[in-house]
Amino acid sequence: MMAASAFTPRVFLLSLIGSACWLSTAQAAPTPAAPKAAPVAAAPIKVGILHSLSGTMAISETSLKNVALMAIDEINAAGGINGRKVVPVVVDPASNWPLFAEKTRQLLTRDKVAAIFGCWTSVSRKSVLPVVQELNGLLFYPVQYEGQELSPNIFYTGAAPNQQAIPAVQYLMSPQGGGAKRFFLLGTDYVYPRTTNKILRAFLKSKGVADADIMEVYTPFGHSDYQTIVANIKKFSAGKKTAVISTINGDSNVPFYKELGAQGVKATQVPVMAFSVGEEELRGIDKRPLVGHLAAWNYFMSLKNPQNNAFVSKYRAWAASRGVPNAATVVTNDPMEATYVGIHMWANAVRKAGGRTDTASVRNAMAGMALNAPSGYVLKMDAQNHHLHKPVMIGEIRPDGQFDVVYKTPTTIPAQPWSPYIPR
Amino acid sequence: MIRFATWLTLSAGLLWHGATLAEPVDPIMAAAMATSADAVPDVSQVQTASPATPLMQFTQGDFETRQQLLSQWPGTPEQLQRLIAALEADALYQDGAHQALRFDGQQAVALETGQPTAVDVNQLEQITLNNALRTLIAGIQAKAALASPDVNTRRNAVKTLSENPDSVDTALLRSRLSAETDATTRTLLTVLLARQDLASGDPARELQGARGLQASNEPEVLALLNDRLSQPQLSPELKSALTQSRDAVQGRIQRAEWAGNLFSGLSMASILLLAALGLAITYGLLGVINMAHGELIMIGAYVTYLVQGAFSQWFPAGQDWYLLAALPAAFLVTALIGMVIERLVIKPLYGRQLETLLATFGVSLILMQGVRMLFGAQNVEVANPSWMSGALVLSPSLSLPYSRLAIILFTVVVLALVAFLINKTRFGLFIRAVTQNRQMARAVGVRSARIDMLAFGLGSGLAGLAGCALSQIGNVGPDLGQTYIIDAFLVVVVGGVGQLTGAILAALGLGVGGKVLEVGMGAVLAKILLLGLIILFIQKRPQGLFALKGRFVE
Repeated sequence: MMAASAFTPRVFLLSLIGSACWLSTAQAAPTPAAPKAAPVAAAPIKVGILHSLSGTMAISETSLKNVALMAIDEINAAGGINGRKVVPVVVDPASNWPLFAEKTRQLLTRDKVAAIFGCWTSVSRKSVLPVVQELNGLLFYPVQYEGQELSPNIFYTGAAPNQQAIPAVQYLMSPQGGGAKRFFLLGTDYVYPRTTNKILRAFLKSKGVADADIMEVYTPFGHSDYQTIVANIKKFSAGKKTAVISTINGDSNVPFYKELGAQGVKATQVPVMAFSVGEEELRGIDKRPLVGHLAAWNYFMSLKNPQNNAFVSKYRAWAASRGVPNAATVVTNDPMEATYVGIHMWANAVRKAGGRTDTASVRNAMAGMALNAPSGYVLKMDAQNHHLHKPVMIGEIRPDGQFDVVYKTPTTIPAQPWSPYIPR
Repeated sequence: MIRFATWLTLSAGLLWHGATLAEPVDPIMAAAMATSADAVPDVSQVQTASPATPLMQFTQGDFETRQQLLSQWPGTPEQLQRLIAALEADALYQDGAHQALRFDGQQAVALETGQPTAVDVNQLEQITLNNALRTLIAGIQAKAALASPDVNTRRNAVKTLSENPDSVDTALLRSRLSAETDATTRTLLTVLLARQDLASGDPARELQGARGLQASNEPEVLALLNDRLSQPQLSPELKSALTQSRDAVQGRIQRAEWAGNLFSGLSMASILLLAALGLAITYGLLGVINMAHGELIMIGAYVTYLVQGAFSQWFPAGQDWYLLAALPAAFLVTALIGMVIERLVIKPLYGRQLETLLATFGVSLILMQGVRMLFGAQNVEVANPSWMSGALVLSPSLSLPYSRLAIILFTVVVLALVAFLINKTRFGLFIRAVTQNRQMARAVGVRSARIDMLAFGLGSGLAGLAGCALSQIGNVGPDLGQTYIIDAFLVVVVGGVGQLTGAILAALGLGVGGKVLEVGMGAVLAKILLLGLIILFIQKRPQGLFALKGRFVE
């Protein structure tokens, strides 16, 4: 009680200071507009990096900021874009969803960035969306998500449900995936898991799976005690081949996997297919009991191809040279690849547009843009729906925290942002 | 407006797109299942090279081919043995000519001959497993292990075979059963045979099987019995046998499940209590609202991580016992940090709770960001020592993880030590004296400022111990403390300020109650209901379960 009353004046004071700062910057804004009238040929291009560097999501988003900075260094080392350097403006929205919108406004109006690379959770993207649309900015969003959204101002370089969730369930139902007949859908309680599970439930029903064979369970953000849930998984799995589909996000995954290991849920009996667990999330866990559990992505660090070898070694060298904490053990993952692809595609689009960085020119140049990605495939930006054509890969956890790719599509698959399985 | 129009066209186009591509993945999926997945296959080689030996077929084949080869091995048994051993050790490779090799980082052994051979490391490509292959290999090994002289190996073998009862030969099981001496293994074998009998279709065997299943405690068997009972046209004899078995199995499973829920609750309570114990001293006895308590827990966990790293660097032989060194280290480091915080931040603010709250909240942010700068925002890995991983399996539906058992035990020990320290030692007497009547304590010569500092150090040190224990079951990251701080305050507030007994009872109530509610209604609703109950309780009894009797003189 005391805590609640104590925070109110503080929050009020902070917001007062915040709005004062905002007002002063808003007033200062017209001044730097003067040199824009006569642009110098080699004037740098500013881009915004909008990832949480503190708070709950820092665990996942910090490495995206790193890889974005590396990609920009790479572009500048190769002479920039048509001779112009790219200058990153890094801001920290601190895992605070409304702050994402505020920082976006600041990047677009004060810093006048040409494009923003950022966001992880769907809720942060939904908070940024109205701002980029209003100010006609550009956002490159690098994470797999639930679909059911399209914006002319956003390019989605992560997977849509048909590029991750649906193929993953199809794999689990196939003989090699174990022929699962019963599904335990476990997720964190927010829009991405809820929507994905809605799509999956409709899909499973279309495949003849009865409602009694689907169980949906949600836990709050940051939930740390999975004893009861793992016990329920064991109970639910009796009688029919069962698979768990996990859309748990953030650091709750660590106690979940630890509990799975402790209670002896083996991947050969009840495989857990995760949509938000990659190399980065597995770093903090003892992997020995988890061998064989699965993840579906469009890229894995363990892929062996020239582009990926170069990508991984470049990132390692960059992390070491920049003094990133634990630089010796840094890993790459799918959203990092998507960030990297997004930045390079944007740079190519600006080049293609003759150096113009305005939203309309870049949007036109992005349509059909192709890039030889670290996944070993040529990824193409769809001409219409702002999503990438991506390969689907399924990996099994190895004892060293990497993934063995046990299945991948021979070609890339176009995205279906609006799922055909649920009504719009 | 124009943009909106384009937008409409775009969406309409997509809708059409979506309709025509309703099932885009299925055919691709089917085609891809037949091709090798763990490497982009070199098509020319696959087509031209004639797969001479079974081992070469294995290395070149896809998962399905490998599965077929393993289930009906065309080569020699020795080769199969070597192959499975190499796969188990995660050490199977192929060289450029698709020869199967076992490679352990330095030496390579050709699986065809079993002889060491020279290899070009750059040519090697690892051959990996998938879950279907792992299941198959486990089955092959379990069949061989049925005749093992070791009892535990035999038990585990039967358990593995029970996961896939159709794959085992009935005659083999019967011969094993007649030779088996261990009672547990006999029960397991009987149940496995009964399952096969029940599925045989022969009425006499079915009846025998239905009766035999009575001894089981596996949820799998319960599902089987229920399934069978729901079928129409059962003979009355079979039906009564099935019902009897179902009731017996169900009773056993339900008892195990409730024991499991109780254990979860106890484990939850022990964690809450550990997190709250330090707070019960700093808040309960000193009256300081220390918002940085969670961060002290977090630092304790990071000290554990550092000690683990130090052990693996300089003392790898003692890796399993690093926790013994981590406990005092975590206690000392956090106690020291706590005392520094007390001297620099809290002491000037004694008696001004609101300001203390804000100041320690600031300290918590500084500590969190400091750790983030030192160690990075990502979680760090704290591995369980080998004696703490795994679980005590009492029945298929009741397994008690060793890590949680250890934490419950640890909590009891810490609690006993703290109770002893507070109630039986001179230092504890001083703390109680200063808490109850500061002026009087000073008048009789107690250095109250020093006692404040030491008591705060003790509370902080306990937070460090909690961090050390929590690192074994949860995340170790800069946000670790945030997860526990609210729950810890709840325990102290519900328990009543200034009483350890209150904290214990509150932790037990919140832990076990929370778990029982979670069984009924899921994690989210249980949390909401629990918080609602706490609000009601605090309104009825603002002083908590136990209020300190006596006078506060501040």
